[in-house]
Amino acid sequence: MIKRSHFTSRTLAYLLITPQILVTLTFFYWPAIQGLLQSVMISDPFGRRSQFVWFYNFINIFTDPLYLKSIGITLGFSLATAITSIAFGLFLASLANRALRAKALIRTMLIWPYAVAPAISGILWLFLLHPSFGVLAYFLTDRLGIDWNPMLSGTDALIMVVMASAWKEVSYNFVFFMAGLQAVPHSLIEAAAMDGAGPFRRFWTITFPLLSPTFFFLMVMNIIYAFFETFGVIHTVTQGGPGGATNTLVYKVYQDGFIGLNLGSSAAQSVVLMILIVTITVLQFRFVERKVHYTV
Amino acid sequence: MVERTPILDALTYAFLMLGICIVGFPIFYTVVAATLPLEEVAKVPMPLVPGDQFWVNVNTAWETGNLGQQLMNSFIMASGITIGKIVVSMLGAFSIVYFDYRFRKVAFAAVFCTLMLPVEVRILPTYEIAANIFGPLQWFIDTLHLNSLIQWWAGNDFEIALEWSLLDSYTGLILPLVASATCTFLFRQFFLTVPEELCEAAKLDGASAMMFFRKILLPLSLTNIAALVVIEFVYGWNQYLWPLLITTNPDMTTAVIGLQHLIPQADDIPYWNVAMAGSLLVMMPPILVVLMMQRWFVKGLVEREK
Repeated sequence: MIKRSHFTSRTLAYLLITPQILVTLTFFYWPAIQGLLQSVMISDPFGRRSQFVWFYNFINIFTDPLYLKSIGITLGFSLATAITSIAFGLFLASLANRALRAKALIRTMLIWPYAVAPAISGILWLFLLHPSFGVLAYFLTDRLGIDWNPMLSGTDALIMVVMASAWKEVSYNFVFFMAGLQAVPHSLIEAAAMDGAGPFRRFWTITFPLLSPTFFFLMVMNIIYAFFETFGVIHTVTQGGPGGATNTLVYKVYQDGFIGLNLGSSAAQSVVLMILIVTITVLQFRFVERKVHYTV
Repeated sequence: MVERTPILDALTYAFLMLGICIVGFPIFYTVVAATLPLEEVAKVPMPLVPGDQFWVNVNTAWETGNLGQQLMNSFIMASGITIGKIVVSMLGAFSIVYFDYRFRKVAFAAVFCTLMLPVEVRILPTYEIAANIFGPLQWFIDTLHLNSLIQWWAGNDFEIALEWSLLDSYTGLILPLVASATCTFLFRQFFLTVPEELCEAAKLDGASAMMFFRKILLPLSLTNIAALVVIEFVYGWNQYLWPLLITTNPDMTTAVIGLQHLIPQADDIPYWNVAMAGSLLVMMPPILVVLMMQRWFVKGLVEREK
């Protein structure tokens, strides 16, 4: 789209777009193409010689039990993180939407965790759930008698990183659900009340369906967040351990490529992630935005 | 409210209080831990009453963690990314919306395609390009055999080796994260809603393109800019993977990364009070930005994703 009334200077136009194009080409396209090339090559760790090997790297990663395990972990981790933070965010937003007084204060108290870096959120939760010092860990083991040790048990470690990742996303979801709730027409709610529907019935039959676009959008955003941005949580809290129980796909790319210097395999894993994220994006733009409608 | 529901209202506030407490508990706990001396913080369970050692702990964290320099680095990185992103994407969007030229659509498509490609999925190649930003140019020179061409032309032994490493530099921390399709997209959407008459009037009055941009478009975009400042500052401050990759010098790394060295490992003395004091210091700036600019933050967050 372009404005009906616009300017004609070609030179200026190119000049204005140049920084954006330069940065995009250098830091997006060139690395992406390099990644694609590396994924069909095998090179020695020093990058001196490389050999074209077709899809060897891809076959390799998809027959590697560790990679398959990492896929499973990532899916479980992302779903758990997304569902926890969305459920909690929706719960708090619908409560806050009912509150008549102190709305601004309530919002303030609930949005600030958004500003906490994932890595710092990891540190806070590590301290809360630390098997020897954490207060929540103490509560779990000494009061409830649960055997809790995220340093040794893979499941416990996974729960810990899910908590750390979901906590700061609650604010994000809260903001979006608040915006969605405020867009629900008040007349619909009033009409339903006149027909005798109670607050819960109104929520499930009117508000919740009207929130479906927000809901799906947040599902996509939260899964993307859990896939990529939680790197900081994993790196500070568990480093993929214990025994690879929290080794998500992104962390594995970093470990294999940057620490293990297995360039081909790491590049192939990057390509898999790229394909995945492009698919999610296209699906989101194609279907979710159109198919989920305000059907009342 | 539609009807009177006193019990439900009471429950609403009760659960809200509970929710706020749950969300706030990690922070409250951090604040308490940051004020306790070592022997108190190592108790199980740790007391939940604040102590008086806050400044001592902050001081220790500041000195052992080299936080002064690293907070400075974080600040430079976050502001650099914020300013860079806004300037680059605003000019780009201006060019795409207000000028007619052949590659306009191509340029927009090229930028739009990068909308969702985070740095996390192209770690190694991006690192390689940061290690030598002239890599692509060098590749062109090598494949086109420009070297021998120049040698023949200049008549002596002569080789072009371009190298400029961004590792351990502010440029390296900032520049790769400046390209942002989301901001360009946001400004494009906003510019499209600006009434045509404004541009027509400006042109009638003889304003040049840049004059129109400065005197009309920029003032109109101020709320959008404010919203983006909050979000991008938080984004820049909280970056983790990229600074981790390209900085090896502790004087060049950011505070979020540096914090890692304050976490007590299994056999260390459990200086959790110092670690928590450090964490508090490092997370304060983005929290303050969000709280102080709350109105723009909420607007920016919701509109950015549309």
